[in-house]
Amino acid sequence: MTGKNGEVNESVEHAETPSEPKRIGRRLFLSVIGLGVVGVALGPGLSNIESKFLNIFSKKPGTGLASLLPGASQFRIYSVTNTIPIVANDAYRLRVGGLVRVPRTLTLADLMNMPATSLVKDFQCVTGWRVPNVHWKGVMLRDLLDAVGVEPGAKAVEFASFDGEYTESLTLAEARRADVIIAYEMLGAPVTPEHGGPVRLYVAPMYGYKSAKWLKSITLVRAGVPGFWERNGYDVEGWIGRSNGRTDQPVD
Amino acid sequence: MTSRAGSVDRMGEPISQLTERDPSPMAESLRRFDATERVLHWVTAIDVLTLIVTGAILYFPSFSVRVGRRLLIENIHTLTGIFALVPLVVAMWGRWGAMVRSDVVRLTTLDQREWRWFDRTRRMKLELGKFNPGQKLNAIFSTAGLVVLLATGLVLRFPNPFPLPIRQGATFVHDWFAFAVGLLVFGHIGFAFFHPRSLWSMLSGRIDRHWAEMHAPAWVRELDRNEAKVE
Repeated sequence: MTGKNGEVNESVEHAETPSEPKRIGRRLFLSVIGLGVVGVALGPGLSNIESKFLNIFSKKPGTGLASLLPGASQFRIYSVTNTIPIVANDAYRLRVGGLVRVPRTLTLADLMNMPATSLVKDFQCVTGWRVPNVHWKGVMLRDLLDAVGVEPGAKAVEFASFDGEYTESLTLAEARRADVIIAYEMLGAPVTPEHGGPVRLYVAPMYGYKSAKWLKSITLVRAGVPGFWERNGYDVEGWIGRSNGRTDQPVD
Repeated sequence: MTSRAGSVDRMGEPISQLTERDPSPMAESLRRFDATERVLHWVTAIDVLTLIVTGAILYFPSFSVRVGRRLLIENIHTLTGIFALVPLVVAMWGRWGAMVRSDVVRLTTLDQREWRWFDRTRRMKLELGKFNPGQKLNAIFSTAGLVVLLATGLVLRFPNPFPLPIRQGATFVHDWFAFAVGLLVFGHIGFAFFHPRSLWSMLSGRIDRHWAEMHAPAWVRELDRNEAKVE
């Protein structure tokens, strides 16, 4: 504020009656909208970076500084229907059928009487969020498959949800992995309705949409039909870090 | 808040208690916000607080578990979200919105020189109008933030038509914008509690002249000019 006009500029200025009014307000408003649009466009990449960054710092779910940041270490509850279906533990039934020797309908107690497997593994969503070190407990899917006896022609396993809409599938080889379980405990407690209780699937090495909630039936088939989200563009082979255009760190 | 019987200002309206406490014996009050603006402010305030509370319940699992009834909370969040900007649009629309419209112009008229207001050492040189630059930025950023939150929120709530990258981006942006707008709202509430007269004027619509001459001198002169014109 020097030079010829120094004197003028030193005097009190009228903020709302500037000599040359510039409505930077509108520009600021549009900039924020633009930031949102750019954020949506770059969000997939940025959330990849954030996920990796937070993964370094968060050792326990829901604790530590990282969990205070947006996008960190929190489960989001998704449902493809407009309700969270609730089935009482006593009323719960899991049908295992299709190309099997002995089709069975299991109660929750039946599942709990089978050998249990506990896992402590991350849950990574394809929309970018990740919950580290979630405690899971349930029956290994392959134990269940062995119990009913898989017919030779079966090559894939289909899952259906009692929400009436959701479906998923795995190849038989994937289904036989040791880190694929039929979970009745999650986060150290019975699986709650919003997390897909009383019984859900947990496919550790794949994105969350493979881990069907509210599991109603397991059907052995010759070839799997793409699941709900896969008919909406998601990869059928939903490996974490190697699908859906994402580069998240795999769940070990 | 009651007014002393018989004490009215020159506009014939009761003088608020805060005005009465003013040391100046000649205290008179000015109309700062009309009824439309006050209704707009408080309806939006209730809406945004509902969004923050329901959003926190949906977002933080520890709250979700304690509260339960997720579908209900989700629906409240969605409906209040869709409704959030409706009062502003309605208030600006009709003939009841003259003062809203003029204040929107004031709030969005930011001169480059006003940046110096944020530098406390240079702040005194600036003769402020009805709103200071901080209030202007808050109004601009939080309204634009609400627009972005609404758009991304609709993607999250009704994801089926959107391809995966859009869902990923919308999730990311909704999180960070909610965080940022939340900070703005809490900052705004904090300032309101530190400036009770200003807060009270959002309820009564009036502010005493003494306060206005200190905080919004250009606005007071503008009012006086307009009054002179009318007379």
